[in-house]
Amino acid sequence: MSGLTLTKELVATSEKNRKLSPLKFITCGSVDDGKSTLIGRLLWDSKAVKSDQAEKLYRDGRRNNSELNLPEFALLLDGLQAEREQGITIDVAYRYFSTDKRSFIVVDCPGHEQYTRNMATGATKADLAVLLVDARIGILEQTKRHTMIGSMMGIKQFILAVNKIDLIDYDRERFEHIAREFSEFALSLGITNISSIPISALKGENVVNKDYENMAWYEGNSLLETLELANVKSKQSVGLRMPVQRVCRPNESFRGYQGTLVGGAVKPGDSVIILPSEKTANILQIVTFDLVRNAAVAGDAVTLVLDRNIDIARGDIISSIEAKPMMGYHFDANVIVLSENALVPNKYYWLKSACRRQKVMVEPYSAVDFRTGLFHDVERLELNNIGKVKLHFDEIAIFDSYEENDDMGAFIIIDPENNHTVAGGMISSKSEEIRHIGADNNDEFVLLSMPKKVAEKLQNSEIYKLLEEEIKQIPLQGKISKS
Amino acid sequence: MSEDIKQKPPLDPHLKALENEAIFIFREVAAEFERPVLLYSVGKDSAVLLHLARKAFFPGKIPFPLLHIDTGWKFKEMIKFRDGIVKQYGLDLVAYTNPRAKTEEITPFTHGSAIYTDIMKTQALRQALDIGEYDAAFGGARRDEEPARAKERIYSFRTANHRWDPRNQRPELFNIYNGMIKRGESVRVFPLSNWTELDIWRYIKEENIPIVSLYFSKKRPVVERDGMLILAEDERLKLAPNEKVQYLDVRFRTLGCFPLSGAVRSKARTLDDIIAEIDSATISEREGRMIDKDQAASMEMKKREGYF
Ligand SMILES: Nc1nc2c(ncn2[C@@H]2O[C@H](COP(=O)(O)OP(=O)(O)O)[C@@H](O)[C@H]2O)c(=O)[nH]1
Repeated sequence: MSGLTLTKELVATSEKNRKLSPLKFITCGSVDDGKSTLIGRLLWDSKAVKSDQAEKLYRDGRRNNSELNLPEFALLLDGLQAEREQGITIDVAYRYFSTDKRSFIVVDCPGHEQYTRNMATGATKADLAVLLVDARIGILEQTKRHTMIGSMMGIKQFILAVNKIDLIDYDRERFEHIAREFSEFALSLGITNISSIPISALKGENVVNKDYENMAWYEGNSLLETLELANVKSKQSVGLRMPVQRVCRPNESFRGYQGTLVGGAVKPGDSVIILPSEKTANILQIVTFDLVRNAAVAGDAVTLVLDRNIDIARGDIISSIEAKPMMGYHFDANVIVLSENALVPNKYYWLKSACRRQKVMVEPYSAVDFRTGLFHDVERLELNNIGKVKLHFDEIAIFDSYEENDDMGAFIIIDPENNHTVAGGMISSKSEEIRHIGADNNDEFVLLSMPKKVAEKLQNSEIYKLLEEEIKQIPLQGKISKS
Repeated sequence: MSEDIKQKPPLDPHLKALENEAIFIFREVAAEFERPVLLYSVGKDSAVLLHLARKAFFPGKIPFPLLHIDTGWKFKEMIKFRDGIVKQYGLDLVAYTNPRAKTEEITPFTHGSAIYTDIMKTQALRQALDIGEYDAAFGGARRDEEPARAKERIYSFRTANHRWDPRNQRPELFNIYNGMIKRGESVRVFPLSNWTELDIWRYIKEENIPIVSLYFSKKRPVVERDGMLILAEDERLKLAPNEKVQYLDVRFRTLGCFPLSGAVRSKARTLDDIIAEIDSATISEREGRMIDKDQAASMEMKKREGYF
């Protein structure tokens, strides 16, 4: 299989190829594990490096891999001056290459613990993670941390690339030991889609092409073959979701709702429900620039026309009637803190998700200890912390769990004081419990805090009316302020 | 829509995904910003950008103007093409030239490419953005163009002085963009971030997008200067005694100011030829462009100053 090396073949097939959706994967590893060499190798062998860039590499590189006549790939990858000066990768970088089967987006993530947030950023929306380890060293705490973060961000497929296998004489036993240790750890996190591959990024063994000389004992696919076969997330089988981005009214007679389907499918005639208003309507038309379509599926950016006039605004969700998302005032979520300013309780933030922006209070309650993988209690979350929080809204919020729909279950938190993105998060479930703030020693009375709308409902309820006289007798226990 | 568009086969999943992503970004910015503007440079990336904007807001019109920073030294054909497109699609286009060009007679020949680019492009852009009070400017930059762009965000945050601070960019998670800014601050938005040069060409072909014919090979008059082939059509180009005009089969891989955009020898006369040429390219796209060569990491410097 010489597939990659001939660009002419690429041209010849470029009309037929790319039947598969592009695969986005992240690469993580510690400094000197060979990540730059590996990515460089993939770009190089797939001819994504153009020759003038290559010349620059040969010119600028001090420690050329002269024996193989390859350039110092790290120079190609570390784009920013600050990074070149320090010789490390700080920020996430995006690279592109394609084979005759598929196109790829490589998200190159930094390793250091202090850049956990960058790793998490890169992991969002990724289909797969390639974790790199040095065969001489094996699994590190950092490898485990990357696995946990990736898994938390929703990545389900992991490849462990055991690099520099040439430096341990292609030792099968050592490789299998490392692979086993990793599988055991990953399985304990609930990850089941794992491949371990022995590679030499430098020599190009098992990277693009399978090596039959030094590692005849290895029966699996090369790294690139594994990537070509990997799955991409598809959300066509879940309930219809279209967050409304904007209302399109070019003239009196046309009113369309523009947005991208993030779940399910839709066709003219389908009945839908608009949230949060819970009004129903039927789809009249699916309008796109090219033609009036007879169906749209998850991923498509469309304009929907309904059969009746309903008040619909940006941020509303057009949903299937049978499988609706969750609506509520309280949700449980996992978050990763991205800002120097911690994520703190009792403060109003903006939360943005699926084109909705609303006020939220965040109640952090636990954080991950990356060494043990266990959660411990906290009251605030600092930069690079990953933890669990409760979200409290004044106005009704609409989500799916991140597990079910990663577009409807993802959010960012913005600090209204400086507009920084403080955290990213993933909804785990709805929590409808009422917050208990002020119970003192007197066990006859408790003070409850709840959203105004819930309180109003409660006050209009039959039970409340029955108890009204009794409640009025209760002495006021001091002021509760909520600002 | 015309019949031939209706019969167009569907895009492959790769291009479709890129298109969907760009449309989402356009709509998001139009919904969240007060005064967006599309930076239209007349080149192929701008052509794709414009096409995507028309798609994003269809059947409505593009709800913001286009801005062209005209240095006065663009290829004549570019200006003719621009005016044709504006008319054909009924676009709202603002062309802006830095007034210093006239008062100080700044030209690429007299001031050198670095100073000229700074005044006529970077500063002109800043002036035009200030005058228009634009809070979001769409650009056609791609991450694959150059290492300094590989780490660029989709929403690239700029201070009130239009500065780009690579260390202080907002993290972008999922596809949720933080569009909250203070008065005077702005964002540059790059809907084509994830496209490669090849994707651009394949999309132009699939979607039948009109582009300036300078991209296609033809016998053209050129002079060789500092290792670059410069188009010799404009009377403002003064030839040195030892320079002479030759007629060569050339095309342009990037279009800008004609004295700074070198032609490449090529026989690629059709989109298919170009796609084949790029797939086996030996020169990356910006090589014909002088601006990147001025100093190491020059693009990063220029971006910090407020260039795209
Ligand atoms: N022998 C051997 N050396 C390697 C291999 N991969 C990388 N290296 C070397 O390891 C060093 C660090 O590699 P580099 O790619 O810069 O690591 P990074 O810090 O992870 O990006 C370089 O000197 C590489 O040449 C390999 O598979 N075998």
